[in-house]
Amino acid sequence: MNNSVEIKNLDLEFGTVKVLQNLNLDIGAGEFLVLLGSSGCGKSTLLNCIAGLLDVSAGQIHIKGTNVTWAEPSERGIGMVFQSYALYPQMTVEGNLSFGLKNAGLAKTEIAARIKRAAEILQIEPLLKRKPAALSGGQRQRVAIGRALVRDVDVFLFDEPLSNLDAKLRADLRVEIKRLHQNLKNTMIYVTHDQIEAMTLADRIAIMRDGKIMQLGSPDEIYGRPINKYVAGFIGSPSMNFLEGELSDGLFEVGGVSIPMAGYEFASTATTSGGATLGIRPEHVVTGELVVNAPFQTDVTIDLIEPTGSDTLVDCEFAGGRFRVRMDGQAKVSVGDTIRLGIDPARASLFDRDTELRL
Amino acid sequence: MADVTRYALTGPQGPKPRRTFSRRNIFLYGTLIMVALYYALPLYVMVVTSMKGMPEIRLGNVFSPPVEVTFAPWVKAWSEACTGLTCDGLSTGFWNSVRITIPSVIASIAIASVNGYALANWKFKGADVFFTILIFGAFIPYQVMLYPIVIMLREMGLYGSLTGLVIVHTIFGMPILTLLFRNYFTSLPEELFKAARVDGAGFWGIYFRIMLPMSVPIFTVAVILQVTGIWNDFLFGVVYTRPDSYPMTVALNNIVNSTQGVKEYNVNMAATIITGLVPLTIYFVSGKLFVRGIAAGAVKG
Ligand SMILES: Nc1ncnc2c1ncn2[C@@H]1O[C@H](COP(=O)(O)OP(=O)(O)OP(=O)(O)O)[C@@H](O)[C@H]1O
Ligand SMILES: [Mg+2]
Repeated sequence: MNNSVEIKNLDLEFGTVKVLQNLNLDIGAGEFLVLLGSSGCGKSTLLNCIAGLLDVSAGQIHIKGTNVTWAEPSERGIGMVFQSYALYPQMTVEGNLSFGLKNAGLAKTEIAARIKRAAEILQIEPLLKRKPAALSGGQRQRVAIGRALVRDVDVFLFDEPLSNLDAKLRADLRVEIKRLHQNLKNTMIYVTHDQIEAMTLADRIAIMRDGKIMQLGSPDEIYGRPINKYVAGFIGSPSMNFLEGELSDGLFEVGGVSIPMAGYEFASTATTSGGATLGIRPEHVVTGELVVNAPFQTDVTIDLIEPTGSDTLVDCEFAGGRFRVRMDGQAKVSVGDTIRLGIDPARASLFDRDTELRL
Repeated sequence: MADVTRYALTGPQGPKPRRTFSRRNIFLYGTLIMVALYYALPLYVMVVTSMKGMPEIRLGNVFSPPVEVTFAPWVKAWSEACTGLTCDGLSTGFWNSVRITIPSVIASIAIASVNGYALANWKFKGADVFFTILIFGAFIPYQVMLYPIVIMLREMGLYGSLTGLVIVHTIFGMPILTLLFRNYFTSLPEELFKAARVDGAGFWGIYFRIMLPMSVPIFTVAVILQVTGIWNDFLFGVVYTRPDSYPMTVALNNIVNSTQGVKEYNVNMAATIITGLVPLTIYFVSGKLFVRGIAAGAVKG
């Protein structure tokens, strides 16, 4: 594979705090990679290292085959979009877009041409003469993207670019960014802690925790075959149900219930018994007429109902623990009802109780 | 469209009524008026006295307005009053002060703002040590350093000259100004600085193109601090200059404290007001900016 960004054995320390530890990551040309993780796990730090805004403690960064570990941010062929937009407040939109180009010593005609093109793509032509203070949040974010766009670089870095916007605008701009990527075919590294953004935008997602990459894979892989319990719980909303029990001879036993694991694809053939955690996503539990086809069926009593419009989330007790089920929004259920659930082990995940790794 | 309904409301509604003469208001305004009087009265006495002739002053009615308004004391204070041997009033001192204040203010602010910017944004090696030393410098009493600086200036051949005094003022303004600028620049969003670096701007490019235009409030604060501080300085002026280059404050002192002849209170009052006029003007002109600047430095944004 033709790699655009390669990160090798990267360490970063702030004094004694180790934020990134021996991080390795290869990003293909034209790939859309999303860095996803909880707050403080080092996503922004990694992005700043790639941009050259932080000096790394150890390791190398290559961009387009060149070792840029010691290069200045402006020499790396990257454009960056910040969470707070970071537009220069005293310059007009046009000034903001042209600042970097002027610093690079480009000809006036070239600058004008690039600004025109970026403004057309982002539809900010009417705003060019305004100051950032006179723009709405969405417009500011567009200008911030434009500032990266005019630089005509191979790698775009986005640090939570949409998190300051309201839900509607976020959804709109998300689509725009996806379209932008389809048209430009640049490499994009995108930091977020919104998993919808991650799932919809990414070619591959890297789940980070405590400065390490837990799992790197396509959205499907991450969602369907999470490598450990942390990733499983982190991805998906509402989050996965976990049942603590014992695995023996293809039978998962929890709170007096036995669930046959026939159909489950074990990651390795080595372990088939011992303490384990079974993870089942609320949307993978079937109800109603579909239950008859499910390999495992059980009756539960509804404790709590959360209607969200499109779906109805149902809370119940199952095998001595809390269990959430996603039902259709049209389902007619009320608290105290007994409903029949069906579970398909093929769509569930099993984790070792101690190592929390996928079995 | 929703129906427009008006209910008949009883009980408390709308803005809460406030009494003009509540106990709180009386106390508040009473205190404010007292304090204002306390500060305004001496000024009033000075202005009134400076416009009276000596015979009128001898009558002893300090608070009464002048019967015969005269500006002769002002003229005398400016151009004729005697300081020791020479008799050319405050004018020489005034121009000396101008020649001291302007370069000192410009030099100290220029250097301190760059220092503060470097400390806030470019984490160079030894930055913390440098900053600690600066903070420490802000707390050393001036008196301790008076004599060592005399020797240093003498060795450099600058003792007694205006240049020497300008250097002293610039150095002594450094700790507090650097602190002021560092804190202001630290409060500016860091991502702006990062964006400018990605855009390829260097140390000076970022300073002049990004930081300076956003720092008008803090520069105003610094100018006010320095102009008033340096204009009002007496100690350095009297120690590091010679009589022909004494700043205005020293000249004022020499006029007021001259022992020859009778004490001309009206001239003294006029001379004092003239000397105070520069800082006073600065306050009036930039009062609003000053307050805004202090708030801008303290609170983010
Ligand atoms: N200048 C610094 N000095 C010391 N520690 C720092 C510094 N900057 C960040 N850290 C620490 O590094 C860790 C990672 O920070 P980082 O900003 O990369 O998190 P993040 O994943 O981007 O989080 P968020 O999603 O909240 O933006 C945090 O624990 C933070 O406290
Ligand atoms: Mg971050």
